[in-house]
Amino acid sequence: MRYSYQRRTCAIPRAKMFPKGTKRKFSDSREEPVAGGEDVNQSSLAAVRMLSSYSLQRQSLLDMSLIKLQLCHMLVEPNLCRSVLIANTVRQIQEEMTQDGTWQIMTQALSAANAAAQCSADRLVATEVLCRQTEAAQGEQVPKPFPVVGSEGCPAKEVLEEEAAAAEVGMTMSTVSPQAPTSYLPGTFGMDPCWEEEETGEDDDDEEEEEDSEECGSGSEGEERERDSLVEDTRTAEQVFGTFEIKNPAPSPDPALEELFSDVDASYYDLDTVLTGMQSVPKMGPYDLLESLSSHGPSPLSSSTSCRSDLNELDHIMEIIVGS
Amino acid sequence: PPILSRLNPSRWSCGPPAAEGNVQDEESDTRKINNSFLRDHNYATEADIISTVEFNPSGELLATGDKGGRVVVFQREQETKSEPQRRGEYNVYSTFQSHDPEFDYLKSLEIEEKINKIRWLPQQNAAYFLLSTNDKTVKLWKISERDRRPEGYNLKDEDGRIRDPSTITSLRVPVLQNTDLMVEATARRVFSNAHTYHINSISVNSDLQTYISTDDLRVNLWNLEITDQSFNIVDIKPCNMEDLTEVITAAEFHPQQCNTLAYSSSRGSVRLCDMRKQALCDTHCKFFEEPEDPSTRSFFSEIISSISDIKFSHSGRFLMTRDYLTVKVWDLNMETRPVQTYQVHDYLRGKLCSLYENDCIFDKFECVWNGSDSVIMTGSYNNFFRMFDRNTKKDVTLEASRENSKPRAILKPRKVCVGGKRRKDEVTVDSLDFSKKILHSAWHPQENIIAVAASNNLYIFQDKVT
Repeated sequence: MRYSYQRRTCAIPRAKMFPKGTKRKFSDSREEPVAGGEDVNQSSLAAVRMLSSYSLQRQSLLDMSLIKLQLCHMLVEPNLCRSVLIANTVRQIQEEMTQDGTWQIMTQALSAANAAAQCSADRLVATEVLCRQTEAAQGEQVPKPFPVVGSEGCPAKEVLEEEAAAAEVGMTMSTVSPQAPTSYLPGTFGMDPCWEEEETGEDDDDEEEEEDSEECGSGSEGEERERDSLVEDTRTAEQVFGTFEIKNPAPSPDPALEELFSDVDASYYDLDTVLTGMQSVPKMGPYDLLESLSSHGPSPLSSSTSCRSDLNELDHIMEIIVGS
Repeated sequence: PPILSRLNPSRWSCGPPAAEGNVQDEESDTRKINNSFLRDHNYATEADIISTVEFNPSGELLATGDKGGRVVVFQREQETKSEPQRRGEYNVYSTFQSHDPEFDYLKSLEIEEKINKIRWLPQQNAAYFLLSTNDKTVKLWKISERDRRPEGYNLKDEDGRIRDPSTITSLRVPVLQNTDLMVEATARRVFSNAHTYHINSISVNSDLQTYISTDDLRVNLWNLEITDQSFNIVDIKPCNMEDLTEVITAAEFHPQQCNTLAYSSSRGSVRLCDMRKQALCDTHCKFFEEPEDPSTRSFFSEIISSISDIKFSHSGRFLMTRDYLTVKVWDLNMETRPVQTYQVHDYLRGKLCSLYENDCIFDKFECVWNGSDSVIMTGSYNNFFRMFDRNTKKDVTLEASRENSKPRAILKPRKVCVGGKRRKDEVTVDSLDFSKKILHSAWHPQENIIAVAASNNLYIFQDKVT
C-alpha cells in the first residue's frame, strides 16, 4: 500500500460527492425503507463518502489505530507508550479531518442516518460478550461493544470474527476545538449504519468513536459474515455515549462504589474490553488501568451487577488460592 | 500465559571452539566470530527470548535476561599462554531465576517476569552484583563463588541428615574442604512497589550508592541499601490522564557527574536534569530536540521520532539516541540539533504504514557505544545490525544468524537493495524478515567484543584485528 500524506483540503460539495458510476455502497446495502425518506439518507450518506484516496487512506489509518487501541486490553497491562503514540496519531487524524471539514460532514451524515433509522434488533446475533454485558447493564450505563471498525486488508477482519471486538477508542482525546464534532460512531464494513442504533448526539465533548463509512471494500459476503458476528446495540447512543462524558461519569446506581472510585478517571469505567471472553473481570482503559492504585477493594469498574458478581467470583477464587 | 516452569539451567551450551583460521580482513570493521551460538535448541520457546544483554564494567562477565525471567551470566575464559587462540571465550557462569510471573490482584492483571534491563555494579570485592528488573520490581543480585565448604559437622552427617545426638561419641571441628566451583546467586535486595507503570530503564549512579528506575511517567531514585523508600525525582504524569501525550522512554545517569541524568520521551526529545537544582527535577537544564523536517512529515512522524534508547558516551561528552529510523549523537553542549545522524534503515521510510499495521513501528531498538566512543552499533530487522564509525564515517551491516556464520568465520557485510537491480547477495526490502529483529546488543567496555541477541540466540563476535 502506498500512502501519500500530502495534505489536501477536501472541500467537496455535497452534490459532487458521487461522480458517475460510483457505486453507492451505503444505499446499496440498506434494504429497509427508512422513515423520513430515502433522499435525506442518500444525500447525507453521499456526503459522507470521501472520494479522494488520501481520505480513504487516512480513514483506514484511523480505523487501524482505533482497533489497535482496543486490542490493548490484554491480560497484561498494555504498553502505555504504544497507546499514547497511537492515541496521538488518532488525534492528529481527527484534527486534520476537522480542519478539512470532513469530520463534520461525516458526523452530520451519521446523525441523519441514525435519526431516520430504527434498528431491527432481531436481525443480529448477540455474541457471548454482549450477553454478558446485557445482563450487567440493565438500565445501567455500561456501553455495549460496538462493531469493529476495520480497514481493508487489515488483520482486523480476523479480529472481528474471533473476538467481536468493539470499536471503542478507549482513549479520551482532549477536545480539539469546541466545535469539534462529537461522538464517533463505529462503522461497519460499509454496512447499514442504522442498525448500530447510536445517535451521534448532542454534545460536543465526546470524541470517542469513529465512523467508518469507507471501509466498504470487502465483498458483501464478507460483510454479511461480519455483520452476523458483530454486536448489536439496542440502546440509543445517548445512553451509551453518555458514559463517555469525559469529566463526569454517569451516575451509578451504587453510590457506595461510586464514592470509592470517585478519584479514578471515570471515562474509562465503561470501556468494554474486547477480550472479555478471556477474562472474568472487565478491564479498564489503557491509561486508567494503570492509574487506579486503589488500595481498597476490587479494581474500579463500572458498577454493573455482572461486574460485581465477577469480582465476587474472583475474590472467591482468590480466597481459595490464597487459602485464607 | 502459563506459569513458567523452571527449566533445566544446563540448557545453555557453548558453541564448539574452532581453530583460528581466516585471513584478517583489511576493513577495520569486519568482525570474526569467536564462539558463536550458545544455545543448541532448534525450537524457540518464547520464554527463552533474550530481552536484555549487558557486559559488566570489566568485560569479564556478560549477563543476559530473558522473557522467562531468567538471568544467564557468562564469564570470559582466562587467556592462557598455551592456547592463545582461545582468547576469551564466554562460557556459562551462572543461571538463576530472577523474577517470577506475578498477578496483581487489584487490577486483575499479570505482571510479566520478563527482564527488561540488567545493569552491573562495578566490582568491589570478590562477588559480583547486578540489578535486574521486570516491569515492576528491581532486584539486586549477588553472584558469588564458592569453592569450599565446611565438612565434618557434628550434628548432621555428610548428606545433611540430622544425626541423633545420642549416637555422637566424639566431637570434631568442621574443616573447609575444597569442592567443585559453585556459583550461587542470591537476591540481596528487592525494590518493589514504587512503580505504577512499567519500568523501562535502570541506571546506576557514578556514586555507586544510588540508582534510578524509570517507568513511563516517573523516575525514582533509590539507595542501593534501602528498599522501602525511593524518591521520585521526575514525574510527568498530568493531573488528568486524558491530557497524556508523552511518556518517558528511557533514562540514564551521566557516567561521571553523579548529579546529572537524562531522560528521553516518546516525542523525540531528551531532557537533561541536575538533581542539585531541586528535589523534583521536572524542569530540565537542557532540552535536546531536533526540529522536524517538514518535508518528511506524515502521520507517523511522531511515532518514528519516539526515542527508544539513550546512552551517554563513556567520555560523558556525548549522548546517543535511537529512534525508529536513525541514531543520533548529541553534544551535551548543543541542544538544538545532533552533531551526527546515522540512518539505520531509511529504506523503511516508505513502509511505515505496513510497519504500523504489524506493530513493528513500535519496536524499541537499543544502541551502544564501543569502549573508545568511536563506533556505535544498533540493531535492525532480518537479524541485521549496523555499526557506524564516527571518525571514518564508514558504516557496515552485519547479520547474526546461524546459517551465515560458522565459528571463526569472518562476518560478511550485508547490503539491503533499495531499488533497481538487486545485486547478488543483496537483500531486497520486501524480503526482509521483520520477525527477526536485533533489539538488544552490548559492546565490551574495552575490547572489540560484541554480544548480539537475536530472539533466543546470543551471538558473540570478536574482532581479531589488532
